[in-house]
Amino acid sequence: MSKKYKVVTGISYPIDGAMGKTGSWRVMKPVFDKDKCVKCLRCWIFCPEGAIKRNKDDSIEIDYDYCKGCGICATECKVKAITIEREQKRGKKK
Amino acid sequence: MKNDNVMIDTGNYIAAKAAVMARPEVVAAYPITPQTTLVEGIANYVKSGEYKGEYICVESEHSAMSACIGSSAAGSRTFTATSSHGLLLMHEMLHWAALARLPIIMCNINRVIGPGWNIWADENDGIAQRDTGWIQFYCSSNQEIFDTVIQSFKIAENSKILLPIMINYNAFILSHTSMPAIIPDQKEIDDFLPKFSAKWKLDVKNPITHGNIIGTKYYEKIRRAMQDAQENALKIIPEVAKDWKKSFNRFHGDLFEKYKCEDAEYILISMGAIGAESKAAINNLRKEGLKVGLARLRVLRPFPNDEVIKLSKKADLIVIDRNISVGNQGAVFTEVKGALYNKSDAKVTGFIAGLGGKDVTYKDIENICKKTIKGKTKDNNWYGFEGEK
Repeated sequence: MSKKYKVVTGISYPIDGAMGKTGSWRVMKPVFDKDKCVKCLRCWIFCPEGAIKRNKDDSIEIDYDYCKGCGICATECKVKAITIEREQKRGKKK
Repeated sequence: MKNDNVMIDTGNYIAAKAAVMARPEVVAAYPITPQTTLVEGIANYVKSGEYKGEYICVESEHSAMSACIGSSAAGSRTFTATSSHGLLLMHEMLHWAALARLPIIMCNINRVIGPGWNIWADENDGIAQRDTGWIQFYCSSNQEIFDTVIQSFKIAENSKILLPIMINYNAFILSHTSMPAIIPDQKEIDDFLPKFSAKWKLDVKNPITHGNIIGTKYYEKIRRAMQDAQENALKIIPEVAKDWKKSFNRFHGDLFEKYKCEDAEYILISMGAIGAESKAAINNLRKEGLKVGLARLRVLRPFPNDEVIKLSKKADLIVIDRNISVGNQGAVFTEVKGALYNKSDAKVTGFIAGLGGKDVTYKDIENICKKTIKGKTKDNNWYGFEGEK
């Protein structure tokens, strides 16, 4: 937890998911293939939402609760360990 | 005190000296006439090694204020300076600095707004920024500029205030006119003005953001807190002026500088360079037996409503404005009348004078007072307008 300041102004303190589970906004979805991953962490560096979780051994996981499906991780991945595909429509699983 | 130096120089170079002696960690500024020699002055101190902070070269005044907001938000003491059109270009970021409660200090050299391109003294640039939340001083001598710059850091950084401060002084009449000013030792300044300790800051070790989306009820709290801070400044500005007097034996007034007001039947209210010139006029009027006093307004925001009411208890008021809120009247005139509403029966007479840098001499000020005393005035008057009597 960040230290709280007494000044009354527009200061925001970090919490998980202040806007709710923004993963529901997703149209496209990143899919991770851990066999291809070389642990370069480019996806972790570039993800604008902090939705790539970095493990202790530098392997990664995608947090689908907050991933909005922008596809930056797939674009940045040099070994195509992350690919992007259309999200299944909710409630209409084939 | 015996080691004090007397520096004979222009308002801008003396302001530069004061700014550097306050030890800001960051100065970000863009040159504009008539402020240019102030930022040149600081650049000279960079070259000589006397100023050791960051001096950021930016591409506009909007960027200058943005850089100041960034540096102040990162917890650094910050100074800048501008004038007229430069100040107007900053307008959006002036609101930002005040709403984010950042104690940035800025000199604004009051200059005409164009078109009708003109670089002389006129206070409409500062007046146009009245509602940004900045505290506003108006100075009338180079010594007062020096003293006010140092005092402003202490006022702005007070945890009960935390608002940016704009120190205004008239173009050329002060900015480019040499006058002596006593410069204390650096150690004395350091004793008066302790190191800046930010009351909130952007810090990677303690991650926060500022300026995010915010709901209506929280927004109202931010505005209310700014208003409370401005009201606190009505008490803290005089306290700091008193401390300064104790340390340096100099006093330029607090919210007002009062001159021969005790027995006055008429009190003249004016600001800046006209305020200084008014003293000579008062001396002459007194020789003629006319009981006129001077209350030179030093602080436009927060506006000292209670002080104005006190002035009106025994005297009628005469207000000279080197500005006009077009479509209404002089800004100080309307503020003074607002203070007195339902509180006083004093008559208030307003004059617009000296727009576009037109000279307002002590003779003019004497005429203004005599006209008012004779009752030959309307509520709101244009003094010395070409072709009008």
